[in-house]
Amino acid sequence: MAEIRVQHLRKAFGDFVAVQDSNFVVEDGEFFVMLGPSGCGKTTTLRMIAGLELPTGGQILLGGDDVTMLRARERDIAFVFQLFALYPHMNVRKNIGFPLLAQGMPSAEIRQRVEETAKLLRIDHLLNKSVSGLAGGDRQRVALGRAIVRRPKCFLMDEPLGTLDTEFRDLMVHELRELHNRIHATTVYVTHDQMEAMSMADKIAVMNHGVIEQFGTPREIYDRPATMFVADFIGSPPMNFLGFGGGLAKGAKEIIVQGAKVAVPEVREDIAPADMALGIRPEHIRFDDNSKLRGAIYGTEYLGTTQIVAVETADGIIKARVPAEIRLSTGDHVGLTLSSARLSLFEKGSGRAVRTAIHDAASERRAQHG
Amino acid sequence: MSLTTAHSVVAPSANSKRIAGAIIIAYALISIVPLLWIFATSFKTPPDSIAYPPKLLFQPSLEGYCNLFTTRTRQTPEYINSLGPATGFCDETTRKRNMVIAGPSNFLPRFVNSLIIAFGSTFCAVFLGTLSAYGFSRFKVPLADDLLFFILSTRMMPPIAVAIPIYLMYRELGLSDTALGMILLYTAVNVSLAVWLLKGFIDEIPREYEEAAMIDGYTRLQAFWRTVLPQATTGIAATAIFCLIFAWNEYAFAALLTSGTAQTAPPFIPTIIGEGGQDWPAVAAGTTIFLVPILVFTILLRKQLLRGITFGAVRK
Repeated sequence: MAEIRVQHLRKAFGDFVAVQDSNFVVEDGEFFVMLGPSGCGKTTTLRMIAGLELPTGGQILLGGDDVTMLRARERDIAFVFQLFALYPHMNVRKNIGFPLLAQGMPSAEIRQRVEETAKLLRIDHLLNKSVSGLAGGDRQRVALGRAIVRRPKCFLMDEPLGTLDTEFRDLMVHELRELHNRIHATTVYVTHDQMEAMSMADKIAVMNHGVIEQFGTPREIYDRPATMFVADFIGSPPMNFLGFGGGLAKGAKEIIVQGAKVAVPEVREDIAPADMALGIRPEHIRFDDNSKLRGAIYGTEYLGTTQIVAVETADGIIKARVPAEIRLSTGDHVGLTLSSARLSLFEKGSGRAVRTAIHDAASERRAQHG
Repeated sequence: MSLTTAHSVVAPSANSKRIAGAIIIAYALISIVPLLWIFATSFKTPPDSIAYPPKLLFQPSLEGYCNLFTTRTRQTPEYINSLGPATGFCDETTRKRNMVIAGPSNFLPRFVNSLIIAFGSTFCAVFLGTLSAYGFSRFKVPLADDLLFFILSTRMMPPIAVAIPIYLMYRELGLSDTALGMILLYTAVNVSLAVWLLKGFIDEIPREYEEAAMIDGYTRLQAFWRTVLPQATTGIAATAIFCLIFAWNEYAFAALLTSGTAQTAPPFIPTIIGEGGQDWPAVAAGTTIFLVPILVFTILLRKQLLRGITFGAVRK
């Protein structure tokens, strides 16, 4: 197993820049997820790490060695494809053993390794079956088997659960994470599904238009989104934005939104007057008739334990996640209070998050954990 | 699944299936009549073969096959009587017609020429076609679309339109009446068809297979050999059959460019007619035997043609 270090990685296809100046480090044994909408450059980045695509610029270090221009077969990595890429003319055993055959391993040893791997993935009863008859989850396990049988330096996975049915997907998310906990393989996992990313990742990089918008733990990315794109992309429903104007001074603890004073985490930088946005997660909104921030109920979505309530305010619709017991009907006027300590502030123009007290808390916590 | 899915909107009704079946059977019968007629004629005696009205029931005879494989000379009955007893069925039949067997005919060597030239050119066309199709399918080839159009354009005129230049070139190069010349010619004609057909098949095979193999430690050539080729067998088999049928049946170039040692069966079979009257049973026998290799080849590859081995292993 090895660490992956990506430095100033860039890839252009003609005039189109797929990846620009990517930098990140995946530490040894870490489960790293690249998350973003389709076309954001995450798969291209993964393919460059794999050696299936050569970068236009930058460097890729695998366990300290520069592999930027090496062929895929010289990198000692394993790749799990979205469509599994199981060879239809081989049975399960041959599919899993295929990478070992390339190394010229004696057949007795291949047999043993394949059987160990199959046992680990609980597919040992399928070894002599044809891959075309397998169910989606089992195909996925065979594809994983082919990846882990070789004990490579790292695993790269390109939306491996993308084609599975929902029930299999939840099961495989759990299995993948459990497998990772057992073998501690450095893993780079590409997905557009935030639930997969949040539930499996040690670290997430959120990408958009070829740029890494934020790199951090799932908690950092959810609680302290670095840009409005990240705030909007992560969370279901996503973060609400309420616009407000004027600048911010270092030390400010309050802003005025739609004529109502809202307490916010203490601002740590001076911002010149510009269009700003207040970011609020749906679960950080409560109904309070005394609040000056008001709106009318637009609709509700009942989810059992909670409900998502859409409230029409002067600045558009915002969504609140509130307990399911609250009875509301469309058209009711409600006041909204916001959990001040959890709010984010953004510059609308650049989309960048303003430094506030929530960021100090993070650095303090990081300092404590070393 | 039961065929009586009465509620299905897309499944054909029993009636339309019956009509479709009847049309197919009628078409098959019409197509097979000439073949059956040739097959039957090959077992008739020369008088039966030209009898009017045509004989549907007759005493089968192998005379046509005897005449196909031998050359015969007419002799006086006295000379024939002076010979010893007949040495076999063919000898006996020939003598009844006041002739003796002079030696083997050229049919067998011509047939062997056909086999060598048709299978040789099919192999070359499919081999070159597979590699080119793979290249066009997987790599950025400069001007790929123009090249593909150029390759296709070689088929836009009837090949025989270039017969005279080819005849002259072959004479200069010493390729006239050689098996090599015919293999090169048929390969050149077939390779465009092979590239286009195979490109379609290879485009259908996801790149992930080769990429997976290359990551798993194989070179591109090994990946091609172990993952692409096994999945392209269906396409390769279909292409091979098309190429073989063309090369096997080709008449015009064969008649023009071969006359002796490299002559193939198609220009040879009609020459049988001229030898000692219109010997229709021998012509029919030659045609019947000529059909066999294509028939066998198609039956052998039938499985590959019908089997969609990729189906189900990749979800689309």
